[in-house]
Amino acid sequence: MSDAPLLALRGINKSFGVAHVLHDVDLTIYPGQVTALVGDNGAGKSTLVKAIAGIHPADTGDYLFDGKPVTVHSPKDAAALGIEVVYQDLALCENLDIVENMFLGREQKSGIVLDETTMESRAREVLASLSVRTVKSVRQSVASLSGGQRQTVAIAKSALWKSKVVLLDEPTAALGVAQTRQVLDLVRRLADQGVGVLLISHNLTDVFEVADRITALYLGRVAADVAVKDVTSTQVVELITTGRSANVAGPSTPAASV
Amino acid sequence: MTDITTDAEQAGFASDLTQSNTLGESVRAYISRVRGGDMGALPSILGLIVLFIVFGIANDRFLSNLNMANLASQSGSIIILAMALVLVLLLGEIDLSAGVTGGVGACVMGLLIVKHDQPWFVAVLVGVISGAVIGLIIGVLVAKLGVPSFVVTLAFYLGLQGVTLKLIGEGGSVRIDQPVIAGIANNNMGVAWGWIAAVIVIVLFASLRLLRHRRKVAKGLQHQPLAVVVAQIIALTAVLAVAVFVLNQNRSVNPNFSISGVPYVIPLIVVLLVFWTFALGRTTWGRHVYAVGGNAEAARRAGINVDRIRISVFLAASSMAVLSGVVEASYGGKVSTTSGGGNELLYAVGAAVIGGTSLFGGRGKASDAVVGGLVIATIVNGLGLLAQAAYLNFVVTGAVLLLAASVDAISRRRRSATGLG
Repeated sequence: MSDAPLLALRGINKSFGVAHVLHDVDLTIYPGQVTALVGDNGAGKSTLVKAIAGIHPADTGDYLFDGKPVTVHSPKDAAALGIEVVYQDLALCENLDIVENMFLGREQKSGIVLDETTMESRAREVLASLSVRTVKSVRQSVASLSGGQRQTVAIAKSALWKSKVVLLDEPTAALGVAQTRQVLDLVRRLADQGVGVLLISHNLTDVFEVADRITALYLGRVAADVAVKDVTSTQVVELITTGRSANVAGPSTPAASV
Repeated sequence: MTDITTDAEQAGFASDLTQSNTLGESVRAYISRVRGGDMGALPSILGLIVLFIVFGIANDRFLSNLNMANLASQSGSIIILAMALVLVLLLGEIDLSAGVTGGVGACVMGLLIVKHDQPWFVAVLVGVISGAVIGLIIGVLVAKLGVPSFVVTLAFYLGLQGVTLKLIGEGGSVRIDQPVIAGIANNNMGVAWGWIAAVIVIVLFASLRLLRHRRKVAKGLQHQPLAVVVAQIIALTAVLAVAVFVLNQNRSVNPNFSISGVPYVIPLIVVLLVFWTFALGRTTWGRHVYAVGGNAEAARRAGINVDRIRISVFLAASSMAVLSGVVEASYGGKVSTTSGGGNELLYAVGAAVIGGTSLFGGRGKASDAVVGGLVIATIVNGLGLLAQAAYLNFVVTGAVLLLAASVDAISRRRRSATGLG
């Protein structure tokens, strides 16, 4: 861990009424790395993502961005910091084309007129820089794209905006083998461009293939925060299902604390 | 990690991006789009041709110069109201009160002219503003309170008829004989002016299209083949030339004086068409309207103020509805207590849907209103000439609306089946 963390959460707690969903959760995202967030259903993965994204801000805990404490109370705050969320149920408009979707809400204008020239050129540049070769045309309507292609567009959108941190919520959940392959390649390339990627996934094959670090949640607590090379798939399954595993250090690994 | 191209469909992206297809390929692509359920204005254009043939055979007066001019005036208010409906339908909402909103606005205008001696433009402006206020209230109720637009506007449909009744008084009507207002539907441009206007429209359209095409080619953007652009220009030229030629013929039944020229309502429609085509296609607002209609949740996550878009659309639609009411008042020469409460709204919804605007939101254009409005006006006009019993009018119009909605639903299913969206 040569780089300083890009985003660090320390001692995050979150309750919904009497349900205490997150207990003193620590999470660290490094630039240029893919951090996988794993955990069973109900472990608190989505709640943690929503806390980062500002949709449901945490009750207590520190939120450090680039080493500085920040407050994130709304999705707008998160977006202003350069944090982009790619949701599981894709947030794309099927009736619009790829360029229109990538610039949705942030259209480029010249005067009052939409600047289609700039938008189309930039969209194409970004797709090319991510080696996206799977779409026939950037003016294709999103409805005509496959699930993997749509996921690609959603992820490329975050690259377009030079996001520093990208949160991917189950990006391969509904995809076939080949499409999963493409999306994982894209995730890797995004990280290689220096973006801090948080990959939420159930699929350990995907995690082991693309992630640099794994943070495992178990019943709202961090069960482990380890480098991928230090663990085996079996150990991670144990962490997910029982919250502990032999030979895996708990949440207090040196790498995880600032 | 290496790039792996795994599917046949994923062949080369960078290479054929901006490739300009040949005319033949474009035609084939269009045919496959139509087959896939993305029919656009095609059914309405075919329908219009069929209707002209059928009515032309059934009644020899249908294709007469006089009736063609009458058809143009008759379609005016339907087309403008349909444009209002296109806006609302783009969101996947409905405005059942648009007709009576037009009635209220026209009534306000008429009373200001007749009872308060206001100049016509002040009267029209105040009428449009009253429409805007109605639209604002509807929009707030739909967007902020979350009442379904169907219910809100049904309530307004009833309530606003009461407002008109109160403004005019039981059984009365307001005569519209102010020359400018009455002239919209009843007076004509000079023969020469008609041609000049047509030439200006064609030159502007052609130069804008050609310039845009050249810019796209120069910047390496995706573009249509030049042949398609030229074909569009030729098609517009042909349509305008025929229309202006027919309308410039003498259509007077009295040999002692002649009536000829393009009714003023047509340039009004052209201006509104250009305005809404621009607003929907070339501005951020328009893009956001399509986004909200296509997937409101995605639009919200993209940072679009969905409520504000909804409210602005209802406001714009109600304002347009008043313009339609003004044209209707001009055509009929009066505003009555039942203005806008009859078939107007169903005609307009039918026109928008026949023109190719989807009832499910996110799909449609301002020009749909023009083509669809002509279809509806042709049916109304043709059946009127055949002097059929009134019941048939209702049945046929209802059937056409149902047919259009069914075509919309079926093509939507086909689109999702073929992935054309």
